[in-house]
Amino acid sequence: MSSIVRQRHSLMFRPRSYMAFAIAPQPPIVDWLAELDAGLKRSESFFAGQHVALDLAAVNLNATAIGQLVADLEERNIRVLGIEGIDPAKWQAGLPPVLRGGRGTRTADQPGSVAAPAPSPAAARTAPQNQQPASLMIEDPVRSGQSVVFIEGDVTVLGSVGSGAEIVAGGSIHVYGTLRGRALAGATGNARARIFCHRVEAELLAIDSYYRTAEDIEDRLRCRPIQAWLEGGALQISAMN
Amino acid sequence: MAQVLVVTSGKGGVGKTTSTAALGAALAREGAKVVVIDFDVGLRNLDLVLGAERRVVFDLINVINGVAKLPQALIRDKRMETLYLLPASQTRDKDALTEEGVAKVIEELRTNFDWIICDSPAGIERGATMAMRYADAAIIVTNPEVSSVRDSDRIIGLLDSKTVKAERGERVDKHLLITRYHSSRAARGEMLSINDVLEILSIPLLGIIPESQEVLRASNVGSPVTLNSPASVPARAYFDATRRLKGENIPVQIPSEAGGIFNKLFGRKAA
Repeated sequence: MSSIVRQRHSLMFRPRSYMAFAIAPQPPIVDWLAELDAGLKRSESFFAGQHVALDLAAVNLNATAIGQLVADLEERNIRVLGIEGIDPAKWQAGLPPVLRGGRGTRTADQPGSVAAPAPSPAAARTAPQNQQPASLMIEDPVRSGQSVVFIEGDVTVLGSVGSGAEIVAGGSIHVYGTLRGRALAGATGNARARIFCHRVEAELLAIDSYYRTAEDIEDRLRCRPIQAWLEGGALQISAMN
Repeated sequence: MAQVLVVTSGKGGVGKTTSTAALGAALAREGAKVVVIDFDVGLRNLDLVLGAERRVVFDLINVINGVAKLPQALIRDKRMETLYLLPASQTRDKDALTEEGVAKVIEELRTNFDWIICDSPAGIERGATMAMRYADAAIIVTNPEVSSVRDSDRIIGLLDSKTVKAERGERVDKHLLITRYHSSRAARGEMLSINDVLEILSIPLLGIIPESQEVLRASNVGSPVTLNSPASVPARAYFDATRRLKGENIPVQIPSEAGGIFNKLFGRKAA
C-alpha cells in the first residue's frame, strides 16, 4: 500500500477565514459620515468588537483621503481591518491592507437586529445570499498560473488542471481530467477531505497541510485514476482501477 | 469586419515574430489589407524580419504619445502593397504602452484594415497583456516541449481573464500553432507528440510548422518565409494555417523531413 511520507512540523500555514462587516461609504463622504453618526447615536455599540472592512468600490478616493476616512472612523471607535474595492496601485504604506475575494455571508449572531443603523448598503451586502450546498463546479480547464480557492467546500473540475495551476478547497477536490498542478484539499483543517482525480500527474497533493510532492508519489500510480486521503497522520494514495 | 489577432506564447524564441510575418504576408498575398504591429517595445524585431528596419521613422509609442499620426508611422511593405508594419520603439520600454493609447490605435486601424496582427513580446507583463488586450482571436505559438506548453497554458488563462472580450464575458477565439516541429525527434520521444500538446492545451489546432532551414534563411534576409520561398514545406504549412484562420476546414497534416512530403494525415480535431 501507500508509503508513509515524512512529516514536517517546522512550518505549517493554515488558511483561516474570519467574519468581517463590510461598510461601504457613499459619496459625498461628509453626508455619509453624518448619517453614520446618526446611526451610531441610536446604537452606540454596534461596531464594538467587530471586524470591519472598508468597501470603497462606490467612491473614488486617493491614498490621503482614504487615510483621512480611516482616521475619521477610528475616532468613532470603528477599527478598519482592511480595505476592499480599491485599485491596489492606490494603496500606500500606513493604510490597512487590501482585501480581496470577500463574499456575502450570514452570521449566527448578527448584531444587525438592533435598530438597523446608518450603513444600510453594507448591511444589504452582508445579508444572506443563498442556502446552496457549498460546492464549486468549474467546467473549463484550470490553466497554469491560475489559482482556484474555495474554502467553503468541495471543488469539482470537469477539465484538466494544468501544471503550475492550483486548487485550494476547504472540502474535497474532484478532477475529471488530468491533474497536473497542485491540489490542496481540506485547507481549513478538514482531515476528512479527499482528492479524487481521473489521471494523476500532480505536482503536489495536500490534505489538511499533509502533503506529497510529485517525487513522493509512486511511479505505479502516475497517470492513473487515484484517490488521496489522510490516515494515521499521513497522506495515503491509492489507484481506483 | 476587421479581425484583431494576437500572436502570443509566453515563452520567448518559439517563433511568434516569424509566424506573425509569415501569416501577415500570406494573408496579404491574397489581397487582404493587413497590418502587423510590433508590441515588443524596447526589443523590436518585426522590422528586421520584414526587412523594413531601414525605413522606420515613427513608431507605435510615437503614435500613442501623439508625436506622430498613425499614417505617418505605418510602413508599407515594398513587395506587397497591402501589407503594413507598425514598428515598436527601440528606445522606450513597455511602460510607455498605455491602455487608452493602444485602444485608440487599434480602433483607428480597424476602420482601414481587414487583419490587425499584434506580435506579442515574450512574458506575461505589460507588453504581452497590452498586445492581447483588444484581440478578437489569438494564435498561441507553441514548441512541442514541456516548458513552452506550460507557458502557453498560462497565456491561455490570461486570454480568458485579461482581455476586453473576456471582461465582457465573451471568449477570445484560440488557435494553436505548433512550430519548430521535428518529426524524427518526436518519433524518438525527444519532443512531446502533437497529441500530448493538444491534450494538455485543449484548444483547436491551426497548423504544424516544421523546423526548417528555410524559415531561418528567410528571417535572415528580412523576408517572411511565405514570400521568400512560397513552395517550401514551412511556407505551405503557413498557407494552410491561413486558410484555416479564414474558416476553411482542411485537415492538419504532420510534416516530415523526408523530402518535405506530408506523410501522415492528422485526423484529430482538437477540442
